[in-house]
Amino acid sequence: MTWLRPSELEALHLSLSVAARSVLLSLPLAVAVAWLLTRRRFVGRTLLDAFVHLPLVLPPVVVGYLLLVLFGTRGPIGSWLERTAGIELVFTRNGAALATAVMAFPLMVRSMRISLENVDRGLEEAACTLGAGALDRFATITLPLMLPGILAGAITAFSAALGEFGAVITFVSNIPGETRTLPLALYSALQTPDGDAAAARLAAISLMLGLGGLLVSEWFARRMRRLLGR
Amino acid sequence: MLSVAVKKRRGSFMLDAQFELPTPGVVTLFGRSGCGKSTLVNIIAGLLDPDEGRIALDGSALLDTHQDIDIPAHSRRIGYVFQDARLFPHLSIASNLRYAARRAPAKRVIGLDEVLALLDLGSLMGRRVHQLSGGEKQRVAIGRALLSQPRLLLLDEPLASLDAARREEVLPYLESLRDKLAIPMVYVSHNFDEVLRLATYLVLMESGKAIAQGGVGEMSLNPQLRAIIGADAVGAILDGSALGADSSGLMRIKVGSGELLVQAAHIAAGTKLRVQLLARDLIVATEVPHSLSVRNCLAGVVVAVSDDDADSDLISIDIGGTDIIARVTKAATRELSLRSGLPVWALVKAVSLRAHVI
Repeated sequence: MTWLRPSELEALHLSLSVAARSVLLSLPLAVAVAWLLTRRRFVGRTLLDAFVHLPLVLPPVVVGYLLLVLFGTRGPIGSWLERTAGIELVFTRNGAALATAVMAFPLMVRSMRISLENVDRGLEEAACTLGAGALDRFATITLPLMLPGILAGAITAFSAALGEFGAVITFVSNIPGETRTLPLALYSALQTPDGDAAAARLAAISLMLGLGGLLVSEWFARRMRRLLGR
Repeated sequence: MLSVAVKKRRGSFMLDAQFELPTPGVVTLFGRSGCGKSTLVNIIAGLLDPDEGRIALDGSALLDTHQDIDIPAHSRRIGYVFQDARLFPHLSIASNLRYAARRAPAKRVIGLDEVLALLDLGSLMGRRVHQLSGGEKQRVAIGRALLSQPRLLLLDEPLASLDAARREEVLPYLESLRDKLAIPMVYVSHNFDEVLRLATYLVLMESGKAIAQGGVGEMSLNPQLRAIIGADAVGAILDGSALGADSSGLMRIKVGSGELLVQAAHIAAGTKLRVQLLARDLIVATEVPHSLSVRNCLAGVVVAVSDDDADSDLISIDIGGTDIIARVTKAATRELSLRSGLPVWALVKAVSLRAHVI
């Protein structure tokens, strides 16, 4: 990648790191929420469903603002996290990961729900009669069978995390080397005189990453289908 | 002994079944589709909760709503073979079998080698689920259920989704399961041929209720069976033992105080055989017949004459400790003056009989 300037390489590296953290952070929670929404009937289910989908309909800036209110240094969750675990979110890459995770969460849950709905409950019943308890069944039958959806969700969320702009810049600002991810770097380049070439290079990387993500996702899906004989 | 007394309402359908089944052996729950057979086995397996009731296997309660006992399905140790096999598609055949073996109790009733031999699974081990035929899938599903070391095996119409050829391919395996293992089986079916081939005990079900139950021979004479299987399939089922081939190569089977000849010469003497004498195949004579091609002529006494439909009667004939039934036209009943107490001869062609090893 010798055609990239050090600051652009840094933005690329940072973006990948933020997106990876974002996916790792939200993956277990998304599986749990998808399972709850698909398999359980409980009071407040509709509310949870709406809440999960909120980032899709809210302006990203509003999401960033709400994160600031909740996870800011003086926010209820933010101050608690700093006191008990020493985790700082504002102006850090972890904060950027949180912002992108929240924005990509609905996409992730959606893809997992679809795959979970396609898991044959009869197979879980069969496992049950073979002596598998609830957790055992989930780990050995449900989870492997929803793997295509989990992978698709993770890849979509990763790609979305790479591109998130509004929530990131509002929550963790635009600090080179810490929170200036690819889209923020591109935006900054456009704001600088003679930044056109840099912007073009950054756009080119984004394009390649997006395309790569789609191809990897398609490859996974095919492999899965072949494995399951569909 | 499996004793079941459960109630479950599902919309307008009410399952209210009570029965006690001898174990071991093969008990068939027999009835039309939608009579509640599958609901009932799901309740026995623990996959479905009844509104109230009690289920006990060999004296220990699996479920008792009055005493708050409800052993969860995964701890009941009841094997279940589903109509649609339900093999795990993300695992190989070998892993499907291992899945059951790993979760089975340490005390084994049947080992992997025995299961592989019994069901001929050796050649399928390396294959994937989607590469198997319907019959092969069902064999693997049976093997998997056995490897969970079940105290009871439930089979919910395991052959219903197979075509006739595949069905014939799997049935012998089920027969050898019955003959070689001591695991009691509850077999759900709406196909009377499967009952004939496999069952030792029969429970008739209709709209959620167990309307009659008993040994297969006794139940074959039950008038309530006719409503389910139709007049043409009605006929006494006789269990007897092979006496050996006669001079013409036909197998002699001892039934009641008489003998039947059937085409089954290759079967060893002493083998337990089952034959159904279809009521519509039987000819009734009031004198000893002669000069007929018919090979079988059983002497007996009419014990009852009852209406079958508008044009025909069912004649029950005691052939020496066991009854058979013949369907004849009302005109024949009148002409021969068939009535209770009359000595008669029941005739049936050897070629219309089929002996099943039981």
